[in-house]
Amino acid sequence: MTIALETRGLEKSFGGLKVTRDLSLKVEQGARHALIGPNGAGKTTVINLLTGVLKPNGGRILLEGNDITDLAVHKRVLRGLSRTFQINQLYADLTPLETIGLAVSERLGRGGDWWRRMGTRGDVNQEIAETLGRFHLLDVMNERTATLPYGKQRLLEIAVAIATRPRVLLLDEPAAGVPESERHDILAAVAALPRDVTVLLIEHDMDLVFSFADRISVLVNGAMLVEGPPDEVARDPQVKAVYLGEAVHA
Amino acid sequence: MTTLFTILFDGVAYGMLLFVLACGLAVTLGLMNFVNLAHGAFAMAGGYICAVLVNNSGWPFFAALPLAFVTAAAIGVLLERTLYRHLYTRSHLDQVLFTIGLTFMSVAAVDYIMGSSRIFIKLPAALEGQFDFFGVGIGRYRLMIIVICGLLTVALQLILSKTRFGSRLRAAVDDPRVASGLGINVPQVFAFTFAFGCGLAGLGGALSAEILGLDPYFPLKFMIYFLIVVTVGGSSSITGPFLASLLLGIGDVAGKYYVPKMGPFVIYTIMIVILIWRPNGLFGRAAAR
Amino acid sequence: MNAVSDVSSHAIARARWRPAEIAFWMLALSCAFLFPSRYLIMTDILRLALFTLSLDLILGYAGIVSLGHAAFFGVGAYSAGLMALHGIINEPVIALVVAGLIAMVLGFLTSFLVIRGVDLTRLMVTLGIALLLEALAERFSNITGGTDGLQGIEMQPILGMFAFDMFGKTGFFYSLIVLFLLFLLARRIVNSPFGLSLRAIKNNPLRASAIGVPVNRRLIAIYTVAAFYAGIAGALFTQTTALASLDVFAFERSADLMLVLVIGGTGYLYGGLIGAVVFKMLQELFQTITPQYWLFWIGLVLVVIVLVGRDRMHRWALWLPNLIIRQIAGRKAVVAVPESDAP
Repeated sequence: MTIALETRGLEKSFGGLKVTRDLSLKVEQGARHALIGPNGAGKTTVINLLTGVLKPNGGRILLEGNDITDLAVHKRVLRGLSRTFQINQLYADLTPLETIGLAVSERLGRGGDWWRRMGTRGDVNQEIAETLGRFHLLDVMNERTATLPYGKQRLLEIAVAIATRPRVLLLDEPAAGVPESERHDILAAVAALPRDVTVLLIEHDMDLVFSFADRISVLVNGAMLVEGPPDEVARDPQVKAVYLGEAVHA
Repeated sequence: MTTLFTILFDGVAYGMLLFVLACGLAVTLGLMNFVNLAHGAFAMAGGYICAVLVNNSGWPFFAALPLAFVTAAAIGVLLERTLYRHLYTRSHLDQVLFTIGLTFMSVAAVDYIMGSSRIFIKLPAALEGQFDFFGVGIGRYRLMIIVICGLLTVALQLILSKTRFGSRLRAAVDDPRVASGLGINVPQVFAFTFAFGCGLAGLGGALSAEILGLDPYFPLKFMIYFLIVVTVGGSSSITGPFLASLLLGIGDVAGKYYVPKMGPFVIYTIMIVILIWRPNGLFGRAAAR
Repeated sequence: MNAVSDVSSHAIARARWRPAEIAFWMLALSCAFLFPSRYLIMTDILRLALFTLSLDLILGYAGIVSLGHAAFFGVGAYSAGLMALHGIINEPVIALVVAGLIAMVLGFLTSFLVIRGVDLTRLMVTLGIALLLEALAERFSNITGGTDGLQGIEMQPILGMFAFDMFGKTGFFYSLIVLFLLFLLARRIVNSPFGLSLRAIKNNPLRASAIGVPVNRRLIAIYTVAAFYAGIAGALFTQTTALASLDVFAFERSADLMLVLVIGGTGYLYGGLIGAVVFKMLQELFQTITPQYWLFWIGLVLVVIVLVGRDRMHRWALWLPNLIIRQIAGRKAVVAVPESDAP
């Protein structure tokens, strides 16, 4: 198996506070890998490090064997590493059509076209239509995003990430805050992600994690506690201790 | 060698004056992320109050200074309670537009009431001229500025580090949301700080009439200087703005002395170089949220 | 296949010419024949509209707040003035473009400073650059004419055919054509994928980069383009008035510009054009009351606009036109409402 995404000895601290400690993580090609951990374990920091929003104090990040530690955020996206956002960071004033169009145009290297009107390139339109269709957004494509039901917004969130054609996708709590009635659509969309896309799921919801992941890493206090297949992790006494809220003496 | 000391001395006096003028701005910016381009108007108000009291009503200069502080602070608290507080949550564009509007109004109003020419405040004889100190010419007035502003700076530092109010203020500047969660009344802390900063600006305005010149266009002329102090110094502490003020004061005086033809270029060049090197200011965190 | 054509038509719809837009330009053209005695003031409005259009590109579309946009206006004005005065380029249209390009180069060079840091740093840098240029123009008064400005500029006929006349008729049509052409270009730009990425950056730069948008490169590009527009506006000023003095760089000019844009509304291109008309009318009104204290009234207008709220003001202003359109056309309002600002 080849490694899609790897970190080697990643370190990050804010002032005197170490939030990521010697984190080495390997995500295999095509894997459904979950990164879990209690509140304050440093999951968000890991995402920010992987996507390039934060610069690590030490360690390297490799995407398909290439070092991307020093690449800017948008360049990592073009290399095939995308993410979804946890809280709503969608463009309120843009329509789903425009949001997806933006991602598709950038991926095809046409985002800088300033002389061409939107909607005049067949290949871009084709891909926008496909993506909107796959995520059940065709009927609302021309509505302002802010007016969409929450479930549709979460779908759009995943759709934008997919529109960048990632080879590795970081899903940051995709179902957080979605009402029970709309939850099914999200889970179905997550389950239907193409197999050739490697997924790293950062999640709180244990049901989702255990139904989805084929490998789980547990993060505690910024360091890796345990890593393994779901059944093994579920049995692990240290993990149980953490999730039962007991002190860890690892 | 002696000219070097004179320049240094004048530069320090100038810088300390700038600090007293601008430190209120740094705090309001750090605390509420509020861009107040009208800060110079409060300084002008203090300056004119002092001038009217001394020149027209015959008050002694040192009695008029506290009143310059009090009046500017009173205007500050009035405006904060009635107008400014509605704008804390608005975009920076709105804040900029609003405070430029206030600045323009103050300029035209002072022009209307006091006339457009530069005014001077009659100084007591003790403050005029200079004396010789080991061959270095020391201006009495500038020496007084250094003493007063130096004492103020020490007092501010003590208030911030030793008092209960100071620790609340520092907590609020550090993270207003966390601070209000801890039970600190952030709006109240802010109103008080805003008024105090305006008062300091008023005092600075009164002191600066002699050195910087006081006319209705004061708030516009010195807007850039205040911005430089705050952006270069950062707004997380008062040490940053203090050092930035000194740097600006000395740089400006030295520039005008050594390369008089280049006028203000020295300052702008320093500013641009610093910002290329450290986009978020020389000292500490920038006012980002 | 149906979905694809849907996507295409919805995407293009935003860029389609609306009846209100065509009416707007017809109205602008008809002013030339309705008020033949007022060419000078109308030319003034056109220049201001172009200058404001330039600010709208960076403020309304990319969210860059500038306190010193007059820098580019001034550079364009002096470039055009010096070219005409020394006979370097005599043909006004070529000189206009060259002046715009000079401002554009300056815009490109300073954009690297502007894109760095937060709003406050941007305010200081933009203001600082305009002040620096003003000081430079004052320092080299042997070239710029200092506070008196450039003396004795004589403009050659446009394209060698249309001479500037004392009533300003040629100047008016010249300015109107330049404004319209540059407006078309701006309209094209903002409705392109590039324009879409600017709106995304203005809303949320972090998110934009997570979608793959090279944020800094786009900001540099639009800032450079805006500098070109401002330079053209400045050059038009010099060419149609035969004047260029230090006050082209003045802070008040940059601040007035923001007021004009805010009156008209940001982010839909017509804001600058409508704002310029309203601003000039306000100026006429207030200057007849108290000519000296014009600054006070500008300040008051700014304060009131912000306190009332820009969005609310535009809703009020658009209420009547929208009502009429609904009544006549019997469909949803088509007058564009400016996009709300990012929080």
